[in-house]
Amino acid sequence: MSRRNWGLWAAMAAGYALLYVPIVSMIVYSFSASRMATVWAGFSTRWYISLFSNEQIMQALARSLTIAAVAASCATVLGTACGLALSRFGRFPGRGLLSLMNSAPMVMPDVMLGLSSLLLFVTLQQALGWPERGMSTIMIAHITLTTCYVTVVVRSRMAALDDSLEEAAMDLGARPWRVFWLITLPLIAPALLAGWLLAFTLSLDDLVIASFTSGPGASTLPMLIYSKVKLGVTPEINALATLIVTVVAIGVVVAGVVMHRREAA
Amino acid sequence: MSSVPNGGWSQLWAEVVRNLFGWFRAVGTEFRTRRGRFVVTMLPMLWLLLFFAVPFLIVLKISFAEAVFGQSPPYTPLIEHAADGATSLRLHAGSYALLLQDPLYVAAYLKSLLFAGVSTLCCLLLGYPIAYGIARARPTWRMLLLVLVILPFWTSSLLRTYAMIGMLKANGVLTGALAAIGLIEPGTAILHTDLAVYIGIVYNYLPFMILPLTATLMRLDFGLLEAAADLGAKPWQAFLRVTLPLSMPGIIAGALLVFIPAVGEFVIPDILGGPDALTIGRVLWTEFFTNRDWPLAAAVAVAMLLLLVIPTLLFEYVENRRERREAQA
Repeated sequence: MSRRNWGLWAAMAAGYALLYVPIVSMIVYSFSASRMATVWAGFSTRWYISLFSNEQIMQALARSLTIAAVAASCATVLGTACGLALSRFGRFPGRGLLSLMNSAPMVMPDVMLGLSSLLLFVTLQQALGWPERGMSTIMIAHITLTTCYVTVVVRSRMAALDDSLEEAAMDLGARPWRVFWLITLPLIAPALLAGWLLAFTLSLDDLVIASFTSGPGASTLPMLIYSKVKLGVTPEINALATLIVTVVAIGVVVAGVVMHRREAA
Repeated sequence: MSSVPNGGWSQLWAEVVRNLFGWFRAVGTEFRTRRGRFVVTMLPMLWLLLFFAVPFLIVLKISFAEAVFGQSPPYTPLIEHAADGATSLRLHAGSYALLLQDPLYVAAYLKSLLFAGVSTLCCLLLGYPIAYGIARARPTWRMLLLVLVILPFWTSSLLRTYAMIGMLKANGVLTGALAAIGLIEPGTAILHTDLAVYIGIVYNYLPFMILPLTATLMRLDFGLLEAAADLGAKPWQAFLRVTLPLSMPGIIAGALLVFIPAVGEFVIPDILGGPDALTIGRVLWTEFFTNRDWPLAAAVAVAMLLLLVIPTLLFEYVENRRERREAQA
């Protein structure tokens, strides 16, 4: 093995170490009995037990999961409609505007998206008395944030698909809706699953937009974690973070394997 | 105004009205002839108009209001209805004047650019060899290495930033290791310094750099490198004159994916940085939540839009057109 290859291996090892050492050390210390979050004092699962008996955390978790599930599902519907329009409908009036509004949230800093959504909700509430700030406003803001990601996933799948199947179905007399349900939808199903998962994790992670659009008593899990982190690292948060990271990692790997199999078959 | 000839304005308006009329007619035709398509298009269009485009007009409006404390919402209305029925519009440019006069805001903007720029460069220097290694690895290994890059991308950025605290605080995992080999004094913390912010941004955004770079390098024909070697090029010459220019699209894509969100970043400088790591995202947050000066926060958002988002969108537009033209040629 030449010297240049050793340099490459060293750089790769450093990069992967940077990506994984912080998370792995956090997981290790979540099993430490010590109250100090980065001191090892023997194996213990006491922080997991105290985590599950912490009602505040459990409520925030349930709230975050509900918001993420609703937001991801709505974003998948809107994102699919958007992806369909942009990749299959050719030129139509307003196409440029739709395409612009769809790519803008991805380059928009989340503080801006949060502030602008909140100011809309305040204005609407003054004018119409709706919506009350809380879970529903977070959901709306998260749908707006995540729709564009679903669109990107759906569009790239559509671009890879041959549209001759759809055209053949049309030639044989199928109505557009039937073509969509029977041909297009099954073909893009893996992209829909990937888009839904992406939207779900984005919503579950979001601190900034939720902080702006939330109302009294509707703290999400990231908001709660943020307020605790401001006070310092605690072993309970280590345990919580370990659980979330593990569940997401398993979910992503399983979804990846399933999709890989489907595409190979 | 002198560029428009006499009577030009009325012609211009006539043109605008005609175009608008044509647009409405096109929408009407679309609805009559392809109702299903129209509904599918209108659903995301209306959603994004209402919840994405309109809010920016409201931000623009409120940035011209005056902050009033102790009432809800804490700003003055722009349009006032006087007792005698007269309506007046009052624009208050004080927030923008403050943005330009107080050096705090300009300094915060420059600091954000510095954080994002240096971190992007570090991501590139660290990410390039990794992407190169992945692209040249055997297919089975390549799959595993790619998954290992993508996996952190799916886990929460807040939690990963939180995990970094344990590395960087006094006697943490990294600081402890550095102290053990004598590089820093025991008990020194990297946490709450600018260095911690750089480490945090590189750690969080490295996958965004590696993924587009890998995609470009995987398409690269490595036979070209052998040809260069046969023609007498040294490995570094071949790298500089073949590999690097051919991977430029990946470098640009990766740099944009890191730089743009890093400029507006709030969580990383807030959690890992000290009080002087004041970025534009943190300023907006503080004006809104701590000082409750909504008009000023809105003005900061407008400045961010003008200085960051619009240049990005223009760049994307120009790049897309260039690519399309090259594809046609």
